[in-house]
Amino acid sequence: MVNSQEILKIKDLEKSFDGVPVLNRLTLTVKRGEVLVVIGPSGCGKSTLLRCLNGLEPVNGGQIVFEGQILTSFQTSWSRVRQRIGMVFQNYELFPHFNVLENILLGPVRVQGRKKSEALEKAEFWLNRVGLWDRRESFPRQLSGGQKQRVAIVRALAMDPEIMLFDEVTASLDPEMVREVLDVILNLAKEGLTMIIVTHEMAFARAVADRIIFIDQGVIVEDSPPETFFENPATDRARRFLNIFQFDGVQRGSRGTGPKTVPVRL
Amino acid sequence: MDFEFITARAPLFGQAARLTVTLAFWGIIFSSAVGLVCAVIRFYRVPLLRQAAAGYIELARNTPLIVQLFFLYFGLPRLGVVWDGETCAIAGLTFLGGGYLAEAFRGGLSAVGRGQIEAGLSIGLNRFQLLRYVIIPQALAVALPAISAAVIFLMKETSVFSIVALPDLMYVAKDLLKEGYSGESNLMLVASYLVVILPVSLAFGYWERRLRFAGFGS
Repeated sequence: MVNSQEILKIKDLEKSFDGVPVLNRLTLTVKRGEVLVVIGPSGCGKSTLLRCLNGLEPVNGGQIVFEGQILTSFQTSWSRVRQRIGMVFQNYELFPHFNVLENILLGPVRVQGRKKSEALEKAEFWLNRVGLWDRRESFPRQLSGGQKQRVAIVRALAMDPEIMLFDEVTASLDPEMVREVLDVILNLAKEGLTMIIVTHEMAFARAVADRIIFIDQGVIVEDSPPETFFENPATDRARRFLNIFQFDGVQRGSRGTGPKTVPVRL
Repeated sequence: MDFEFITARAPLFGQAARLTVTLAFWGIIFSSAVGLVCAVIRFYRVPLLRQAAAGYIELARNTPLIVQLFFLYFGLPRLGVVWDGETCAIAGLTFLGGGYLAEAFRGGLSAVGRGQIEAGLSIGLNRFQLLRYVIIPQALAVALPAISAAVIFLMKETSVFSIVALPDLMYVAKDLLKEGYSGESNLMLVASYLVVILPVSLAFGYWERRLRFAGFGS
């Protein structure tokens, strides 16, 4: 199913903020149709990596090659590149003064110069897919967080991107709404869309990923299939990280025998 | 109160009000353009232009309109530039208003979130499209109260235009005062300004409420 062609090549990528290195000669290759899930402790550079790929952060060194085109160049027309690399943000960032449909059509019609009828057809298709066609006239403030995020995903998909970047897209959502958003992404994965997903939802990461990329201090510490990563992580660092998702339950003894710990597994 | 006098002179005030409105209208239109350009220059931190804009804004806001008009009407001819009263009035109001509106717009622009700008960029909008479709509509909604205050302030400032010999409301009223009908003239003057400015004020209030309901504030 996975085509072996490379869509994205990142080589020795370096990025620092005020002299503090965030990405440390990071190297990564993504194949067409692959779903990469990037995990790691906060501040490890995973969001920065995505932002570099979409030109939202200037890089300090190294190279990003997307479909044979070098993005880390002064001549890069980011407006063109961004039409082919979709991005979804943690805080949705729908345009509050536009309704759902206007949010979605802005890119295809104004940037890509498509016919409105054609763009509308595509918008209808995707909105139906995420179950929000009947909310097309609503304004963002009238939608729940989960609905907003599904619209934001459609806004990116409407441009027909070749790769999608998801930056902690469920981190601001209530638990019930997390699921509806993750289901949308899972379905996209099934269809073979190339995606790079930054998330803290471990169960989801395991379900959706072809590869798990574990980043710590700006370097890739592990790059393995999800089964290997979650069952048998190769490094101590990854094991320690995974342990924070496990809890020891506490049961109080009935006659003051003190607390007794019982392991709780996900 | 001499109502005959009032009815007889009402057309005079009508004429003067039309002139006041026309001058204020063009002055405010040009002010908005100047203000928007200055605000965008400062927002994008365009080198050199940004310092020039900041200097202009301080000059415009910290000198009285009457002094600016004096310069245009009596000063410029010495430099070989002769403008008629109306041109001076519109230019003066634009000079003053540009500074005030630049500050009003700037407040709105700086209120647009970084995330909104990034979202706009991420769908491939260029700088101009980003301004037009994402930044300015949102900035306008935030800046509207400040814009409204500035516009009403500018309309009231037109009352100094009579110094460049324009027969505006103030000019006509001053003329009539000489005839000795001070009560009537004052009343008509107040009424005329209210008739001109109050609708603008109410319109802005309506517009503000509409924008507030139409999609902002999550």
